[in-house]
Amino acid sequence: MTSQVSTSAGDPPAVGDVLGEQRRPEKQTRRLDRVIIRFAGDSGDGMQLTGDRFTSETASFGNDLSTLPNFPAEIRAPAGTLPGVSSFQLHFADHDILTPGDAPDVLVAMNPAALKANIGDLPRGAEIIVNTDEFGKRALERVGYAANPLEDGSLESYSVHPVPLTTLTLEALKDSGLARRDAERAKNMFALGLLSWMYHRPTESTESFLRKKFAKKPDIAEANVTAYRAGWNFGETTEDFAVSYEVAPAASAFPPGTYRNISGNLALAYGLVAASKQAELPLFLGSYPITPASDVLHELSRHKNFGVRTFQAEDEIAAIGAALGAAFGGSLAVTTTSGPGVALKSETIGLAVSLELPLLIVDIQRGGPSTGLPTKTEQADLLQAMYGRNGEAPVPIVAPATPGDCFTAALEAARIALTYRTPVFLLSDGYLANGSEPWRIPEEGELPDLRVDFATAPNHTNADGTRVFWPYQRDPQTLARPWAVPGTPGLEHRIGGIEKQDGTGNISYDPANHDFMVRTRQAKIDGIQVPNVAVDDPGLADGTGRARTLVIGWGSTYGPITAAVRRIRREGGQVAQAHLRHLNPLPANLGQVLGEYERVIVPEMNLGQLAHLLRAKYLVDAHSYTQVTGLPFKAEQLAAAIAQAAEPVGTDGRSGNATKAEGNADV
Amino acid sequence: MSEALALVPKAEAKQSMKDFKSDQEVRWCPGCGDYAVLAAVQSFMPELGLAKENIVFVSGIGCSSRFPYYMNTYGMHSIHGRAPAIATGLATSRRDLSVWVVTGDGDALSIGGNHLIHALRRNVNLKILLFNNRIYGLTKGQYSPTSEIGKITKSTPMGSLDAPFNPLSLALGAEASFVARSIDSDRKHLQSVLRAAADHQGTALVEIYQNCNIFNDGAFDVLKDKDSAQEAVIRLEHGQPIRFGAPAEDGLGRMGVVRDPASGDLRVVDVTVEGTDSVLVHDAAASSPTTAFALTRLADPDTLHHTPIGVLRDVKRAVYDTDMAEQLEQAVVQQGKGDLGKLLAGGDTWTVAG
Repeated sequence: MTSQVSTSAGDPPAVGDVLGEQRRPEKQTRRLDRVIIRFAGDSGDGMQLTGDRFTSETASFGNDLSTLPNFPAEIRAPAGTLPGVSSFQLHFADHDILTPGDAPDVLVAMNPAALKANIGDLPRGAEIIVNTDEFGKRALERVGYAANPLEDGSLESYSVHPVPLTTLTLEALKDSGLARRDAERAKNMFALGLLSWMYHRPTESTESFLRKKFAKKPDIAEANVTAYRAGWNFGETTEDFAVSYEVAPAASAFPPGTYRNISGNLALAYGLVAASKQAELPLFLGSYPITPASDVLHELSRHKNFGVRTFQAEDEIAAIGAALGAAFGGSLAVTTTSGPGVALKSETIGLAVSLELPLLIVDIQRGGPSTGLPTKTEQADLLQAMYGRNGEAPVPIVAPATPGDCFTAALEAARIALTYRTPVFLLSDGYLANGSEPWRIPEEGELPDLRVDFATAPNHTNADGTRVFWPYQRDPQTLARPWAVPGTPGLEHRIGGIEKQDGTGNISYDPANHDFMVRTRQAKIDGIQVPNVAVDDPGLADGTGRARTLVIGWGSTYGPITAAVRRIRREGGQVAQAHLRHLNPLPANLGQVLGEYERVIVPEMNLGQLAHLLRAKYLVDAHSYTQVTGLPFKAEQLAAAIAQAAEPVGTDGRSGNATKAEGNADV
Repeated sequence: MSEALALVPKAEAKQSMKDFKSDQEVRWCPGCGDYAVLAAVQSFMPELGLAKENIVFVSGIGCSSRFPYYMNTYGMHSIHGRAPAIATGLATSRRDLSVWVVTGDGDALSIGGNHLIHALRRNVNLKILLFNNRIYGLTKGQYSPTSEIGKITKSTPMGSLDAPFNPLSLALGAEASFVARSIDSDRKHLQSVLRAAADHQGTALVEIYQNCNIFNDGAFDVLKDKDSAQEAVIRLEHGQPIRFGAPAEDGLGRMGVVRDPASGDLRVVDVTVEGTDSVLVHDAAASSPTTAFALTRLADPDTLHHTPIGVLRDVKRAVYDTDMAEQLEQAVVQQGKGDLGKLLAGGDTWTVAG
């Protein structure tokens, strides 16, 4: 916590009146500019829901925020074990922030496993709220605690709040008539109530959420609301919590507009619905369930009233096959998956390249290879998207930078697919998919016009004067071929994966024709119009001159890289930053931009895939800084690595390993 | 016009076989059974009277999968085994199309087996023509999933060890609502089966025994030779007693198919000995697939004796694309027509003033 402003004791909490508990001891309210909270518990403890609710309360309060859900792949790992720990980190502030934060100021630990798994991330002085009811001998032993850390002094450097959360929840629900087991499950809402009191969060939305969620089980709904209120009241009355905190809304961080909180997968699904509307084409999704992409399938399945068809296929191959069939029929066709699914779809992507039909391939990347880390993030599918097919099969690649940006990126991927009649990769990742941030809701007038012209008439005259349709007669500007959908009289034609004669599309094994077609397909992708990459180099504007070092990234590393760069600049360092949304083709000005800097540093959550592309294409000595932990970069660590790599030429600027950074990133 | 094609626009003028021939030179081996099937399909199509721009042929990979190039309709020659999946997306999103899949025994039953069974269970409105020549032709003569055990091929010099699929048994096991079989050289029969398939609502599987005269010549001769066919082929007709073989006194075949009361299984009997009373009457519309399945098991896998042809099963059940369209309509009734602005705003919003 970077700044604390004490105000007079007894300032009334913003929404305390709603809750009705009236005996109020002397309490202090302190003002903070930002807080990082991590909720941690068993994967069955409801930590994701708790985090989601705190996020919603925080978003509607008007703070800027960024979240990091982190959960195991197992649905219910053995209770009380380290692998079963599920956590949700939330960073919120009264100013513009970019990451979910490096180190939590507050840890809510629902059991010893949650404490043990997360204590290493906590800076000294952090607050720890523990559920003491779960700290029995066996539970401690299960995670390897020889002594109770709440009693052996090992937590001395933290501010520990021991709270018997389970007991207090059961006590609050003793008249509810619920079985003990059911009542106990509301303890996450007790914790949420306590934290909501501590940070002056508005409570109404959570209460109405609970009543709606459990509408069919009103007794459960009431129990959760009661536990939630009891948690709030506990904070209000108990002497252990003498201080509550205010984090003012981040009014100046946001341009004017209407905002909501949104996760990457939700934004992506909405982007697809919006693209369908803007293109005036029905949306068809062929998908096979896979983490972390399934939520896009779930979401789109709920919007059939937009004419959206969702098809849960028998496998990944059928999913993209059906999408390609729908594209042939004139739909805006999409398949959603993760890395392993992309591997299975490769042959069909190649067919789509050959057929030159619009198709979106959404890859929500996760840790690999193989099954890898299904619930963790990584951006190691870049080269798979770029090259993972037989033959010369170029595919454009678009990558969103933030959760909200997934919406815009989906529209951009659709623009490219529809304009150039090509499959397009949209590379999101697990961090963007599940993370969330405030998002300015665009007005419909701001959305791009994506309408397309289907072919309606013959486009070629034969030597004998007859008018015919040539499916591979290209637009001279875009090199796109006509999209003639079945049902259009006179344009009956056959297309396939065998090499086609230029123009007619008939089967051709002619050597010169194949050479021409391979080069033409490549030229079409190379010629896709994408915006120039913008460089943020404050020295150019303020007269101090160009920085020596450029940091360039792509995709979800935008937040951590930008935070790291801000940190370096605040400490007097000079560094320029650029971020790529288009990975194929790369922006036309990129070669020039790279040439203007002595050092180019490329942080990535892989082993240097973008750096590899930049080196190959621009012969630039790009320095790779990489991390494949399944978690996003931490800003402080990244800042240190960038600073080190940016040292004058002659010293070893390469930094392959992160320096272990302690403390709290102020970004 | 059948219900199955009710949404497909009709041709304005009378069509002929010529209308369905594309300008591409047909490149199958001379003497290939595929020519006969192509001719049968091209000459059958005008009978449907559909606007040919609303007809699509989708194929996978293999000799038979070149078929779409020769049809003057819309067509896609896709990748190995995936045609049913691609056609599913097309048929589901465009109910105004008549969608046909052309595939082979390797394409449909080996690399694409998964897509075939799932298309059949979903009952999407598409017609699958499975050309079964019991061999890999395009890759030059390896055994296929319908080749007989012990078959000597390039990849099985000591004989194939694989037990073959019976495609019709497989289809019935996969909940197919329409299952039929015909033979490449019997145009009249083949067209009668195609007609029934076209009229069927949902996925229709038509297995067509097709001769590969290069790598598996004569595989179905026993079913084609006039003398042997009489004893080998069981021609199924809905509502008719299942009789075949040389005529008995009543003019119908001397052999009949009866149900063994002890095992419940089917067997072939000489009706001149056992009488005609217990001979089964073929019911393609039977709700249970049990008897149809038993019929598919009558053929001897080695000699092909007692091979049933015709429509084994033709039943009505929920059609995937019809139901999906209904869900879309229902969603509009329940939620109103999609409003993007409302969707994007969601529940909890806040406003930052300028």
